[in-house]
Amino acid sequence: MMIGSINIAVLLAALMVAATPILLAAIGELVVEKAGVLNLGVEGMMIMGACVGFIIAVNTGSPLIGFMGAALGGMGLSLLFALLTQALMTNQVASGLALTLFGLGFSALLGQKYVGITPPRTPKLDLGPLSEIPFLGRALFSHDIMVYLTIALVAAVWWFLKYARAGMILRAVGENHDAAHALGYHVKRVRVLAIMFGGACAGLGGAYLSLIRVPQWTEGMTVGIGWIALALVVFASWRPWRAMAGAYLFGGVVVLQLNLQAAGVKIPVEYLSMSPYLITIAVLVFISSGKARGSLNAPGSLNRPFHASN
Amino acid sequence: MRKPLLCLDGLTKAYPGVLANDDVSFEIGEGQVHALLGENGAGKSTLVKMIYGLVKPDTGQMTLRGQPYTPAQPSEARLNGVAMVFQHFSLFDALDVAENVALGMENPPALRDLARRIRDVSEEYGLPLDPSRLVGDLSAGERQRVEIVRCLLQDPKLLIMDEPTSVLTPQEVDVLFHTLRKLSAEGTAILYISHKLDEIRALCDEATILRGGRKVATCDPREKSSRELAELMVGQVLSPPERAERILGEVVLQVDKLSLASNNPFGTSLKDISFTLRAGEVLGIAGVAGNGQDELLLMLSGELPASAEQVKLKGQPIGHLGPNARRSLGLVAAPEERLGHAAAPDMSLTENALLSGAERKGLTKYGFIDWHATDAFAREIIARFDVRTPGPHVLARALSGGNLQKYVIGREIELDPDVIIVNQPTWGVDAAAAAFIRQALLDLASKGAAVLVISQDLDELLEVAESFAALNEGRLTAVRPAKGLSVEEIGLMMGGAHDMHPAHEGMA
Repeated sequence: MMIGSINIAVLLAALMVAATPILLAAIGELVVEKAGVLNLGVEGMMIMGACVGFIIAVNTGSPLIGFMGAALGGMGLSLLFALLTQALMTNQVASGLALTLFGLGFSALLGQKYVGITPPRTPKLDLGPLSEIPFLGRALFSHDIMVYLTIALVAAVWWFLKYARAGMILRAVGENHDAAHALGYHVKRVRVLAIMFGGACAGLGGAYLSLIRVPQWTEGMTVGIGWIALALVVFASWRPWRAMAGAYLFGGVVVLQLNLQAAGVKIPVEYLSMSPYLITIAVLVFISSGKARGSLNAPGSLNRPFHASN
Repeated sequence: MRKPLLCLDGLTKAYPGVLANDDVSFEIGEGQVHALLGENGAGKSTLVKMIYGLVKPDTGQMTLRGQPYTPAQPSEARLNGVAMVFQHFSLFDALDVAENVALGMENPPALRDLARRIRDVSEEYGLPLDPSRLVGDLSAGERQRVEIVRCLLQDPKLLIMDEPTSVLTPQEVDVLFHTLRKLSAEGTAILYISHKLDEIRALCDEATILRGGRKVATCDPREKSSRELAELMVGQVLSPPERAERILGEVVLQVDKLSLASNNPFGTSLKDISFTLRAGEVLGIAGVAGNGQDELLLMLSGELPASAEQVKLKGQPIGHLGPNARRSLGLVAAPEERLGHAAAPDMSLTENALLSGAERKGLTKYGFIDWHATDAFAREIIARFDVRTPGPHVLARALSGGNLQKYVIGREIELDPDVIIVNQPTWGVDAAAAAFIRQALLDLASKGAAVLVISQDLDELLEVAESFAALNEGRLTAVRPAKGLSVEEIGLMMGGAHDMHPAHEGMA
């Protein structure tokens, strides 16, 4: 199917690839915020994941080990954040911003020798006959494993938050940490675990950029995707499936505007380039402002430091 | 003598600078309703936190049913049959009733079975509850039911209740007492914490009185008069505030058919509020928390503006004006929340004096702050209202509740207003400071100012107010003279009649 010079199946396929890193970072941050912690260091953890994952994949020759390393890299950086905010009680906003700056600088240092190298290729997942289906096969069933794992992760997070007891405790800690403490739950332990999960997800998202989407290592290659992920979480009202819709919308507009640029549409490039950000935010603001209680989903203790009073 | 269930022996707990509990010993028998009585800061909360495993005692032992009992955390206490209903509810607004109950249980069943059990238990004890409702939408009384049901589902041997009636209407209190007596008859011991003497005399078999962290006495509360108990608790003789005879003047504040949406998604919107306030009048507004008190204060202080004509100060429309404009016209307000609303916690007393005094005291000139005058103003408040603090440079958060409350109310009174609005002026304040604050409000009224007191403490309102109204779900009842109102009538005004009947009539 074609519209002008744009192949819809290819567009859909590209959309899923473009959305995956944002979605990974957003779903991780969603869990962190549901636990009541605002970690603005998503961008920093992503770029650490991109860099560490790239280095490990190049040195081992295995993208899979690279992804694991990326998750650990992102988690390592998030532990720094956990140490600062949960143990040393620093301000979450400032610590998160510092984390982003640190991640950007540190990854540039680590990755110096790796600029311009091509990483080992990540194979497409072999889905057999599914990939042969006309149109759908090309659009949905010809991706690498990470695309599907990410969707599975969204489903798992949704299930965890809605049905699992541990998920309920996590929400309780984020909703009212004093009450959770009074009932005997370990607020800090829950939060540190959530922060680590968020770090691992952001790291995976970063590695998806450097190992599959681009695939190359360059300094500052995340170009603000971490921030978009943060915005997505808020405007998706902390709902996993809505975050996924937002990420796919963003990915879709990114891919579409690239295609339009290539097709030589007479709209200035600057407008096309800014369109994904504008459209995604506009749509999500519209969705989340609809009901008077749209903001109710916000965790009650978000960004409030927890001191056990005794 | 009943068989002892829990024995406390020499419990001591010190915090930096404070000895919260000093060598406290007493016994609770099985099925006994035992009162723990004391002023704010007497160490009641610390003591029950030790029993519930939230705090470890420095020295001393506890024995539960003859076995040493050292709970390291609340889950251990719960496993031993100790359950607690908190003063500030340990509930989660955005979660539903069943989830809230599940969070307080050690081994909760699947949510669907739990919902059925919640219905069963709440019916059995006359505490109707819908497990699927969001807790944020419940009234204070219903929230307390959630906490109680959460405890009952675990078959507690000892139920700790921390100031359970502070948020209830008189009728709701009756329902609660029914439930507690039924539990006690079934063999559950209850440790009942309160400073309300009449309740304790009506409900409890035995009372332990704490003052300054030490046990003063253990006695049978029914053999003592309220006055004797109060003096044991306070350690001094208290005199009630004096009300000078005064003649009411002109109408100074008029609110006309005002409806206003709350700015808080879980808040209560004001519906069709009308009243007038005359010079020299003290109007008391009663109501259970969450029935629109906060919104009423915000509306009157100007933080939540309305349309101009609906609020009039001395005939002048002020509904659209903000707090500073109203202050300069002579209407001041002291909100309920001391730290964070009435005062900025991390600013000094001087800076806090500036925040509300700048307009009427002329503490700024050409946009610059006159620190000299501000400091003098702060010192004046401290001296006149007996605020115990090293000086005006101290941060607001460093003051005790009672001292800070004296300061923030004193600050508004010092502005020499025509109308003053206060919400919960003596909440969490020790008896001596509370008496002082009430007297200060009465003195202000006798000088010709109009005073509006919003409070959940009925005794306080009956002490200071000459006219009385109640808020219920955002509606204000007609204003009636306070003299001659019975507690029954007040309860009905507070709207306690709705949804208050026990599930089984036979119970009552």
